[in-house]
Amino acid sequence: MTAASEPLLRVEGLQVHFPIKRGVFVDRTVGHVRAVDGVDLAIDRGTTYGLVGESGCGKSTLGRAVLRLVEPTAGRVLFDGTDVASLRGEPLRHMRQRMQMVFQDPLGSLDPRQNVESLLSEPLRAHGLGGGTAGIADKIRGLLDAVGLPSAALRRYPHEFSGGQRQRIGIARAISLEPDLLIADEPVSALDVSVQAQVVSLLEELQERLGLTYLVIAHDLAVVRHISDVVGVMYLGSLVEQAPAEALYDEPLHPYTRALMSAVPVPDPVVEERRERILLAGDLPSPANPPSGCRFHTRCPWRQETRCDDEVPVLRELAGHTAGPHQPRHSADPHPSRHLVGCHWAEEIRDGVLQPKSAEEVAATQGVSVRATGADGGFETDALLQGVDEPIERR
Amino acid sequence: MSIEALPPEGALRTDVPVLEVEDLSVTFARRGEQPTRAVDGVSFSVAAGETIGLVGESGCGKSVTSLAVMGLLPRRGVQVGGSVRLGGTELLGAPDRTLRRLRGSEMAMVFQDPLSSLNPTVPIGTQVTEVLVEHRDMGKKEAAAEAAELLDRVGIPDPARRLKEYPHQLSGGMRQRALIAMALACSPRLLIADEPTTALDVTIQAQILELLRELVVDTGTALVMITHDLGVVAGLCDRVHVMYAGKVIETADRYDLFARPRQPYTGGLLASVPRLDAGRGVPLTPIRGSARDAIPWAEGCAFAPRCDNAQDDCLTEVAGSTVPLEYDGPGRELRCRHPLTYPSSPVGATASGAGR
Repeated sequence: MTAASEPLLRVEGLQVHFPIKRGVFVDRTVGHVRAVDGVDLAIDRGTTYGLVGESGCGKSTLGRAVLRLVEPTAGRVLFDGTDVASLRGEPLRHMRQRMQMVFQDPLGSLDPRQNVESLLSEPLRAHGLGGGTAGIADKIRGLLDAVGLPSAALRRYPHEFSGGQRQRIGIARAISLEPDLLIADEPVSALDVSVQAQVVSLLEELQERLGLTYLVIAHDLAVVRHISDVVGVMYLGSLVEQAPAEALYDEPLHPYTRALMSAVPVPDPVVEERRERILLAGDLPSPANPPSGCRFHTRCPWRQETRCDDEVPVLRELAGHTAGPHQPRHSADPHPSRHLVGCHWAEEIRDGVLQPKSAEEVAATQGVSVRATGADGGFETDALLQGVDEPIERR
Repeated sequence: MSIEALPPEGALRTDVPVLEVEDLSVTFARRGEQPTRAVDGVSFSVAAGETIGLVGESGCGKSVTSLAVMGLLPRRGVQVGGSVRLGGTELLGAPDRTLRRLRGSEMAMVFQDPLSSLNPTVPIGTQVTEVLVEHRDMGKKEAAAEAAELLDRVGIPDPARRLKEYPHQLSGGMRQRALIAMALACSPRLLIADEPTTALDVTIQAQILELLRELVVDTGTALVMITHDLGVVAGLCDRVHVMYAGKVIETADRYDLFARPRQPYTGGLLASVPRLDAGRGVPLTPIRGSARDAIPWAEGCAFAPRCDNAQDDCLTEVAGSTVPLEYDGPGRELRCRHPLTYPSSPVGATASGAGR
């Protein structure tokens, strides 16, 4: 870690808590949903950071907090050296020009009453860019060309396009301001399989041409692995593992990452049969009332009697990876090139000293504490959490 | 209210398929509009203990096929043709009373979105016991005990408490489990699962697929799995039917299909999904265009506009006939005039990432 260029985006101790309100006349705050609970990450210029996790783990909220679309409760978001979390008013508006977002649902994020020309020129006009009507028209034609849409699309409305084309419009709008950072929240999960590949290829091509930096948020591990340089795995509001894509998929260290990867179906029956499958017990616990200690301990097949239940693991680099064995580096530095894991027993699990238990055993030892999201204490957190970033159903 | 009309239990393990679908077609007609043929001559059969997959992208007619089999399509403006036989009984045109008796007891369906297929105003328990009271003539108490057992069987912890809860109090995975429990209440001979895991997370998806797999093995239920996810198909289905624009375009055993897809569409689908086990940086080869670019089957192969292998005779005008679904080696059928070809001796029949 020499004094190379500073990462474009650095997130430090980011927290986003949503209050749960109760009461008819007086809003009492009865608790908090800890959607994001202390995340550190850094993204180098021109690279892609992939954030994976299941619905309700806080990955979308993290993306939105970086853009200040939701207000962070605590922590810092350093974009190119400026703390975005403390900006307001005009400086924030200017900063947003450099950070854009591509949303999951292409139809829901495009105004049905604006045609493509109006959709694409709006950001340019809002930021006073493009150089007048003629300049904007020129620029828009270039944008359509870049995302592979015909210029005849200009006069058409979002409903006239297919899902893949709509997502292209969304991407064109996001790159119209020539941003440095593009946050893509589930960019392909609402699309058909054959169209997903087109959009993924488009994102890759644009990155190469425009030197963009991506934060890609997705639940599909195969897609994330395909486009990312560094991958972070989130569980219940915090990162449990982060590593270069290659290293993470070759040797997942955290039990959750291993379970997640073994759950992804591979389109090859021969591989499917040979694969070791780690089934997890139960569902994601409620983020309003996360488990103590390691948040994964209620479902972990490798859970131990000591430490797991009461000691919160920090992200650390394992001995024998890159750091010397006697001087483990500190977790405060989330440099992307390191393989960090937040598990007390990662070494033992890696070396096969500890053996996993079956899902039934885990469920039995945890008893009733394995509960569904929102099923405890009467908080209707389910409704709060569901739909935040659940994949859109394909019909 | 009896099921004498159906073959007795002993006939379950014979070669007679549980479900035979022959030349099924579904046409939606609206006044003043061209009728749309959503399903066009689809034939398949499922035996007891067998799992078949209907695979395709949105709009290819796979869900309409399943609704037609269950007799759930509206009467108005819909024409259903062909034949659907459940254990020898013709279902198309059967009176409502017969269908009512069969649905739920002999054949059952699990839908994609568990929240909208459960009644939000009725506790889970009532919804599960309803089936038991209706089809198995149980008393209320007996049904409640049985329902708790069913929930337990599909892996819902603390079933007695869950029975009193409403659908919104359960998580997505649990709702889907409850739906499966309802479908299994009368040990049906045929289970149709329409995208049962699409709305779920991967770890929950793995749990549900494992559950379905166990069911097929334990009870000998015939399972029709409808999905767009080739990974799910690879892990679960014995035979696979790939659909495009309302027709089956390729049928094969799963090993054959994934090792050597013959239809360019199947090959294209396989090549366009990033795989977790392949090397990183392998470029994806997407299929051009989208499913909207199909041409009507009467004019030629619907996939021709997007196909790299397409030639002039893919069009009816040139060849003089539409592309037929033909025999293509043992256990395989193919609808293509210019299929993908492979060297005569495939190196290691696994051929990971065929078509790449």
